[in-house]
Amino acid sequence: MMQIPCIHCGLREESEFTCGGTSHITRPDPDQSDETWAAYLFFRDNPKGVHCERWRHTYGCGQWFNLARDTATHDILGAYAMTEPPPP
Amino acid sequence: MTSMRLAAPWGRRLDRSQRLTFRFNGRWYGGYTGDTLASALLANGVQLVGRSFKLHRPRGIFSCGVEEPNGLVDLSSGAMRTPNMRATLVDLCDGLIAESVNCWPSVRFDVGALNDKLAALLPAGFYYKTFKWPTWHLYEPAIRRMAGLGRASGQADPDRYEEVSEQTEVLVVGGGLAGLSAAVSAAEAGADTLLLASGATLGGALAWRADPYIEELIARARRSGVRLLTRTLAFGIYDHNLVCAREAMPGAGAAATVARAGTAGGVLRERLWKIRARAVIAAAGAFERPMIFPNNDRPGVMLANAAEKYVDAFGVACGQRVVIAANSDSAYRVAGSLRAAGLDVIAVVDRRPPADIGARAADVRTLAGASIMRVGGATGVRSCTVISPDTDGSRPERLDCDLILSAGGFAPAVHLHSQAGGRLRWLDDSAMFVPEGAAAGVWSAGACAGIFARDAVVNHAAELGLALARRSAAPLVQAGGAGKSLAATHLMGVPGKQFVDLQNDVSTADIGLAAQENYRSVEHLKRYTTTGMGTDQGKTSNVNALVLMGEFTGREPALVGTTKFRPPYAPVTLGLLAGRRVGPLYRPLKYLPAHDWHRAQGALFEQFGSWVRPAAYPKAGESLRSAAEREAAAVRANAGVLDGSPLGKLEIFGPDAAHFLDLMYLGTMSNLNPGQARYGLLLNENGVVVDDGIVARLGPQHYWVNTTSAGVERTAAAFEEWLQCEYTQLRVLITPVTSRWGNVTVAGPRAWEWLASVGFEAALAPQAMKHMTVTQSRWAGAPARVLRASFSGELGYEVNLPADEAATLLERLGERAADFGAVPYGIEALEIMRIEKGYIHIGTDTDGTTLPQDIGFARAIERKAANFVGRRSLLRPAARDPERFQLVALASKDGRTRLPVGAQIAAADPPTQSEGHVTSSCWSPSLGRPIALGMLARGTQRLGEKLRIHHLGAVIEAEVVKAPFVDPPGERLHG
Repeated sequence: MMQIPCIHCGLREESEFTCGGTSHITRPDPDQSDETWAAYLFFRDNPKGVHCERWRHTYGCGQWFNLARDTATHDILGAYAMTEPPPP
Repeated sequence: MTSMRLAAPWGRRLDRSQRLTFRFNGRWYGGYTGDTLASALLANGVQLVGRSFKLHRPRGIFSCGVEEPNGLVDLSSGAMRTPNMRATLVDLCDGLIAESVNCWPSVRFDVGALNDKLAALLPAGFYYKTFKWPTWHLYEPAIRRMAGLGRASGQADPDRYEEVSEQTEVLVVGGGLAGLSAAVSAAEAGADTLLLASGATLGGALAWRADPYIEELIARARRSGVRLLTRTLAFGIYDHNLVCAREAMPGAGAAATVARAGTAGGVLRERLWKIRARAVIAAAGAFERPMIFPNNDRPGVMLANAAEKYVDAFGVACGQRVVIAANSDSAYRVAGSLRAAGLDVIAVVDRRPPADIGARAADVRTLAGASIMRVGGATGVRSCTVISPDTDGSRPERLDCDLILSAGGFAPAVHLHSQAGGRLRWLDDSAMFVPEGAAAGVWSAGACAGIFARDAVVNHAAELGLALARRSAAPLVQAGGAGKSLAATHLMGVPGKQFVDLQNDVSTADIGLAAQENYRSVEHLKRYTTTGMGTDQGKTSNVNALVLMGEFTGREPALVGTTKFRPPYAPVTLGLLAGRRVGPLYRPLKYLPAHDWHRAQGALFEQFGSWVRPAAYPKAGESLRSAAEREAAAVRANAGVLDGSPLGKLEIFGPDAAHFLDLMYLGTMSNLNPGQARYGLLLNENGVVVDDGIVARLGPQHYWVNTTSAGVERTAAAFEEWLQCEYTQLRVLITPVTSRWGNVTVAGPRAWEWLASVGFEAALAPQAMKHMTVTQSRWAGAPARVLRASFSGELGYEVNLPADEAATLLERLGERAADFGAVPYGIEALEIMRIEKGYIHIGTDTDGTTLPQDIGFARAIERKAANFVGRRSLLRPAARDPERFQLVALASKDGRTRLPVGAQIAAADPPTQSEGHVTSSCWSPSLGRPIALGMLARGTQRLGEKLRIHHLGAVIEAEVVKAPFVDPPGERLHG
């Protein structure tokens, strides 16, 4: 079980959180093609290494935030607000 | 009877003033406080304790600890029965009951032992090759019965388990010389230090040798504030340095192993520790590696250091005439200890060439370069036959003995290091895998780091503890001090099975077969031969198995590698992992504020989601079904009251609340005036219908959202996710208030009269208040939000009151019910009425493929200009497929047969493609016949069509009919 740094509450146990998957996905306009819409709905990268994803501190403050996490080592590289851009 | 008790001072763990009695396989024996079940059995001369897993060969106690492959017992009886416990770890207590596993009818006469006679026919992979035709499932039950180990009780565990979360700077796993040294220096340097010792006492291997230095270390640990937990086994390390450990409760653990007639409530048996540590020091020691020789599985063959511990700690001589099969200098220390205790050590049969032997035992005959080629005795050891250069090679020598000890070298317990992702390297000299560097957050010390010289252990561990306390660089590990050992100890070309894995009956020949059949990867080897599986996870067998695989395939052990180490290190009970999350606490139920009132009305309660609600209020002699039909009829004729308190309730505030709800719901909510309400369908981004409900506007920036009872948590979560992650500019506040408000739903033609009789204001009368409007009123001094809406198709009021007032309102209504012919009604009656009206129930009539156009909302989509969640998905080709399943009303042709929910619709007999299925079904009291809803391909174009509905091999003729079944114009609804 990981320890996740909620940007509001600090370090908490993973069991207090819900993972919402890959972050920074742009929602296409409704007039885009079926292919574009399908890619938005269903296609995700599955990187080995750093992954930016969104988590909700469900059993805490209830807030969503972004997390940069290494999927191979589970190292947490940082947490940042939903509206912030991904780290370089 | 060759094993026996020794007099004091041997047996430092025993309290000989406390005699205990225990029962093993139906016979009573005696022992002392401080004994384990294994030591007590050996003290009583009981050497045959079990049968092996596959071949049912006789087996005895092999070790003195967690690595035990043979001595598995079922403990206690009845609900307390715990299967597959290692006798070497079970503390003896008065009245303990234990039975051998895997033998029938008894351990002495075991029918399954026939397998051993057929052993030549049962090599590795035998099952995979043989039981294939026609299908494995034909053979599986019999094979599983033959091969099983212990038996679970099949009853609920009456005992308790609990969980503790803890954190520390330095966590030391292991209470021996290395662990204590590291913990003392960490704590003396000021670090918060926690030490876990798996045994009941500290000191590890030295605890029973009256070692003054260990006593001093323990005293220093206490003085320096090391938190010490004994009987606590760290069984796994998980992400971010979370170590899980099991603490066995001493007194309660004993109580759990005896049959307790009529003990209520149970005892606390085990405690799960979840420990976050900045740094973990693994100091778990090393296992002894067994020697491989023919019939090395006989009762009376055991590990050398175990025999030494039985003498020192338990005062038990495991035999009288001892031969030690050696591949390690440690054999000579054991020989000396046993001689000192009065045992006759006949010979050390050392496999190594003389140049490799770095120790001597005074007055003990030593045969160098020698091997045991035969063991005499069927269910015990009577002799062994040795070949050595001394005996000319060709002229074996027979040695009379009753105990053969295996001192094959050491295998460091690298489990925590490996679980944490650490790498291993092979030390060729002493034939062992040791950690290479440190794993993330885990440093090894002592024997489990491959350090065996005492001074080096103490110095390294102390430096490590200090470095970790100060967050400075850890000292380098200089592995060594174990002397020389050969990698392989087996013999070629001699008769008799040479066992590698005792618990799984894997022999050298099985490993050879796996190599020959090209199962050469260590992971394949494990699964093909089952070596390293089972309750011991190969603690005594893994290194030998991969050394042999290396021999057979011409590779160094380092190139064969090890299988992945996974938690748990040793078996843990399911009770420990479940903790308090059992019974009513597994999934806590929610009760209505007016639960007692419903009970007084004769409610039959059932679980609906996590809520306990009245299904109906059956009168004496009435079934659930007939009660529901009576209640539905009464609502249609007069009036009824339903406790709708679980209905999901969200308050949405803010300048952008209207726009936000337009985005969330298929219905448009922004053009509602305050006081108006509208039905809404909630879609997910795939366009699938996931919830529905009524949205009412209370003010310009204030909405009252009713969701389904089961869907409120996920709806609120979805709203939050959209708001926080996508529509981040919107100024909206979402407040879930489900349990804050009770909901009393009154429906039926006399609903208003009834409400008026208990004091509701005239402004709520149907003439003054239209269907789908909301009024903020007061009742009996409490605020009331009254919504005119209906899921029954009758004139309906949903009265929302502070939850504490709901029971009061129900009581008042109940007092006047008889005046209006009104009744309380439950969920079952509501189901009947909504089916009669053709109203869907999300999740019953819909599933994970249902789009709004499938359930009659095509025009609502067209009418709405604004975007909403899921809209784009409704334009996908699959969403526009004319063959989609659509909601229809169904009736059986004969007007008598009920259509079973889930029954498939198809013109042809099965197997054929389904055209749809029945989703809801009931007997309609209004119509006096059964009715149903279903999903049907092209359903809306098939009105009047005859259908064949298949149910358990029978066919029911049915017809697509017009919906709704009751009051098509909606006159009753609008009053």
